[in-house]
Amino acid sequence: MTTANLLTTPLHEWHAMHGGRMVDFAGWSMPVQYSSIIEEHVATRTAVSLFDISHMGRFIFQGPDAEALIESLTTRRIAGMEVDHIRYSLVTNEDGGILDDILVYRLQHSSGESFYSMVVNASNRNKIRDWILKHQGNRDIGFEDHTLDTGMIAVQGPRAVELVEKRTHFPLSGMKYYTGKRSEVFGVPALVSRTGYTGEDGCEIIAASQHIPMIWERLHQAGQSMGLNAAGLGARDTLRLEAAMPLYGHELSEDINPAQTGLSFAINLKDRDFIGREAIVVAKANPRLNQRIGLEVVGKRAAREGSEIFRDGKRVGIVTSGSFTPTLQKSISMGYVQPDCTTVGGELEIDIRGNRQSARVVAMPFYSRSR
Amino acid sequence: MKPEDLLFLESHEWVHIDGQGGSKVGTIGISAFAVEQLTDLVFMELPKVGAKVAAGDELGEVESVKAVSPIYSPVSGEVIEVNKDLPNQLEILNSDPYGRGWIAKVKITDESSLGKLMDYITYQKQCAS
Repeated sequence: MTTANLLTTPLHEWHAMHGGRMVDFAGWSMPVQYSSIIEEHVATRTAVSLFDISHMGRFIFQGPDAEALIESLTTRRIAGMEVDHIRYSLVTNEDGGILDDILVYRLQHSSGESFYSMVVNASNRNKIRDWILKHQGNRDIGFEDHTLDTGMIAVQGPRAVELVEKRTHFPLSGMKYYTGKRSEVFGVPALVSRTGYTGEDGCEIIAASQHIPMIWERLHQAGQSMGLNAAGLGARDTLRLEAAMPLYGHELSEDINPAQTGLSFAINLKDRDFIGREAIVVAKANPRLNQRIGLEVVGKRAAREGSEIFRDGKRVGIVTSGSFTPTLQKSISMGYVQPDCTTVGGELEIDIRGNRQSARVVAMPFYSRSR
Repeated sequence: MKPEDLLFLESHEWVHIDGQGGSKVGTIGISAFAVEQLTDLVFMELPKVGAKVAAGDELGEVESVKAVSPIYSPVSGEVIEVNKDLPNQLEILNSDPYGRGWIAKVKITDESSLGKLMDYITYQKQCAS
């Protein structure tokens, strides 16, 4: 395939040399898989995998008004966050439509001054950058987009923390989930956070582009005895689906209100204001809005995005993601259905390319790691 | 079967033509290249015995973790046999795509479409481009 005009990550050459099947993902040339999605998925669940996620947008906010600006744009409270803490949040427009789901990091310069980092979806980077600059007003902030001069590696799996800690002496096991630390990895400056998008333990490493291949290579080598794999976007998708994590463009979009998503932990309405707040308050009080559910489909056939959901022959909703998943060995889906169809255990039907397939509403996540 | 003895569709199906009681029968499968590209196969739907198909019609479908792909019939005729064990042992498609990985046999009723099929060398050139 042609990859002209696509952005490339610092690991592009590595992917090409190691059999990465490159696809256009949000304008980036990214590996969808190296060998097999199932193998890469299973390695992440049982050992450890490396994912190149350098395509994710990485912003920095400096200046005294950074907190106030971010606070005015996020569904989750950012004000009062502790240094080195990270929060998952949504960004909404005035109508409550979801513009993106993001991570906000509160960090600190050695001078003691706070600053913020934000990681956004690759597909929404330009949109969110424009949205931020549009709402900056006369606030005193310095906004920097570091997507192209840094890279990002996710190390995920039950042995991820052990691997990174042993090899880099980064005190990862002492760090709580959703915290980060700026320190060194293999002698170069890096921000390491205990975050991820697989439902496994692990961390994500951000460093300057020129250091990313070295960090990747050394982790890749050091992890061989643990059964480490490089994993592509294909496995990343099946892993996040099992963990019932929403994917922008599927479970989240400008046509979806946060009140429908089941992500109540990421919505703080009390004693604060942000763009979209009113629309969320209204949506929460609306008993007729469709809600996100998890479905287990009978048989091995997967429902895909756009498959229609029925109950007693009547259309009640639509599938947003679905796949046969390697860990569970089941066909699972997420979708949005009428609020009277969300009861766990409820029997629904999905139209899979003309065939009505039985499906049962199940609790999310589909998979949780043992802790 | 050797791939050199087969004819191919652009969409990666193969067919082996042989005579059987006066009429020609096409044994149909999907190529090693297709299996390699699909990877992670999880589901296959076979056609029904007795079904009438025209060349280019959907014969069945094969699904990988990532996506579903139709299987097109390279020939026109009637399905007379299907490889019933294959959906439960999809790994056969990896180990023996041109032999035990056959999908269906079709009694050919109209040979006019055969001329549009590619030989193996032409097909390989398509896969390499």
